[in-house]
Amino acid sequence: MDSVVPGAHMDHAVPEARMDHRVELVTIRVVLPTHLRTLAGVNGEVALDVPASRAVTLRNALDALEACYPVLRGTMRDFGTGRRRAFVRFFACQQDLSHEPPDTVLPPAVQAGTEPLLVVGAVAGG
Amino acid sequence: MSGVRVLVGTRKGAFVLTSDGKRASWEIAGPHFGGWEIYHVKGSPVDQDRLYASQSTGWFGQKIQRSDDGGKTWEPVGSEFSYDGTTGTHQWYDGTPHPWEFARVWHLEPSLDDPDTVYAGVEDAGLFKSADGGATWAELAGLRTHKSGPEWAPGAGGMCLHTIVLDPAHEGRMFAAISAAGAFRSDDSGATWRPINKGLRSEYVPEPDADVGHCVHRIAMHPSRPEVLFMQKHWDVMRTDDAGETWYEISGDLPTDFGFPIAVHAHEPETVYVVPITSDSLHFPPDGKLRVYRSRTGGNEWQPLTAGLPQQDCYVNVLRDAMDVDSLEECGLYFGTTGGQVYASADAGDTWTAIAGNLPSVLSVEVQTLA
Repeated sequence: MDSVVPGAHMDHAVPEARMDHRVELVTIRVVLPTHLRTLAGVNGEVALDVPASRAVTLRNALDALEACYPVLRGTMRDFGTGRRRAFVRFFACQQDLSHEPPDTVLPPAVQAGTEPLLVVGAVAGG
Repeated sequence: MSGVRVLVGTRKGAFVLTSDGKRASWEIAGPHFGGWEIYHVKGSPVDQDRLYASQSTGWFGQKIQRSDDGGKTWEPVGSEFSYDGTTGTHQWYDGTPHPWEFARVWHLEPSLDDPDTVYAGVEDAGLFKSADGGATWAELAGLRTHKSGPEWAPGAGGMCLHTIVLDPAHEGRMFAAISAAGAFRSDDSGATWRPINKGLRSEYVPEPDADVGHCVHRIAMHPSRPEVLFMQKHWDVMRTDDAGETWYEISGDLPTDFGFPIAVHAHEPETVYVVPITSDSLHFPPDGKLRVYRSRTGGNEWQPLTAGLPQQDCYVNVLRDAMDVDSLEECGLYFGTTGGQVYASADAGDTWTAIAGNLPSVLSVEVQTLA
């Protein structure tokens, strides 16, 4: 994800519950696959403001994403179980986080907003 | 002036085909939801602009879309299909117990009298209902939890509830069909169900006359005579005259009685249409000739309809939800193929025209007759 300037071509979403100006926020970036961008009605990256008071995990990054774009619920993680869908992968900073526990803390560069979390549709099918 | 809208679900999106009442020229709009599998699109019978679409992929799961303007614009609505209570198990392909797992919505059946009420038939087989325009879904669990449920097994396409037929005359009566469990009837608006498979005989199951285990492909009804149902089974074309209490075979002189869709003429309850397919191993028309067969006698005597359909080198299939009729004065008939063609007849099947030639593989065809 070189040459991506944070904030450029980005849909910036703030979960309603976090619109309290007393809470310090950090912005993380998420890149969605084409079908999910279409479904969410976004064009480029998604920027999400999340509380700075705690480390951002895969789980709460996805929770924040779904809170801003409820249509994405069920598309990356199954309803009910919350398990990652079989053909969805999560990458960041050249690491495959897909098989990590949901409470894995995202790499510092993702938390700092200098690198995005990548949601990827597995290469499969025709 | 009246018109026709044909709602086409394909492997790579939905298309809306429209024509005036002459049905001579067609406009194709789409793809909607390009790249997604659209198993079914269907309109409300009491609000022609209210449509529901089932949108899914193996990657990103299930979405339900709703249109309130006849398919011009769409809005995603609720898509959480959670089985009610303990899910239990059904038989897996190898005979072992397998937990019920939601995969996708195969069929959407809007209510006959309320545009906000719609039923969804899903894989693994279950029936869901929304009474708020698709925003939320609740399972009618009496079907899945029928005592025979642990015996149900998937067909090659999965264990899907693919057919929902609502009885317009008997309040609370509805029919559902599951591959490969069979046909079921409820007389209390879906709360409780019982198998209605007496008379079906399936040589491919250990007990050919079993109460459940039959691979029913499609059931059709004429609304003026809801006790008469026509069925295309895996093999055999069947009929019941008593709302499913007993079935009898009407395959008669068909060249093969394997197939998927079955439809009834809009104005002639004894006129029935099927598309014979060579066999369960050869999912294409016999001899490379795409022929719709019509019976004007409620079965047994069948006439091939070929004018305008390819009669050589044709090896497409027509899937179970991919044939429907309009209700204009001269009944129109429509079907889509796995080769991406949609064929239409404005004269009850006598002659045919391809109204779309190069769509993605067609999964479903539903027709709205517009006021």
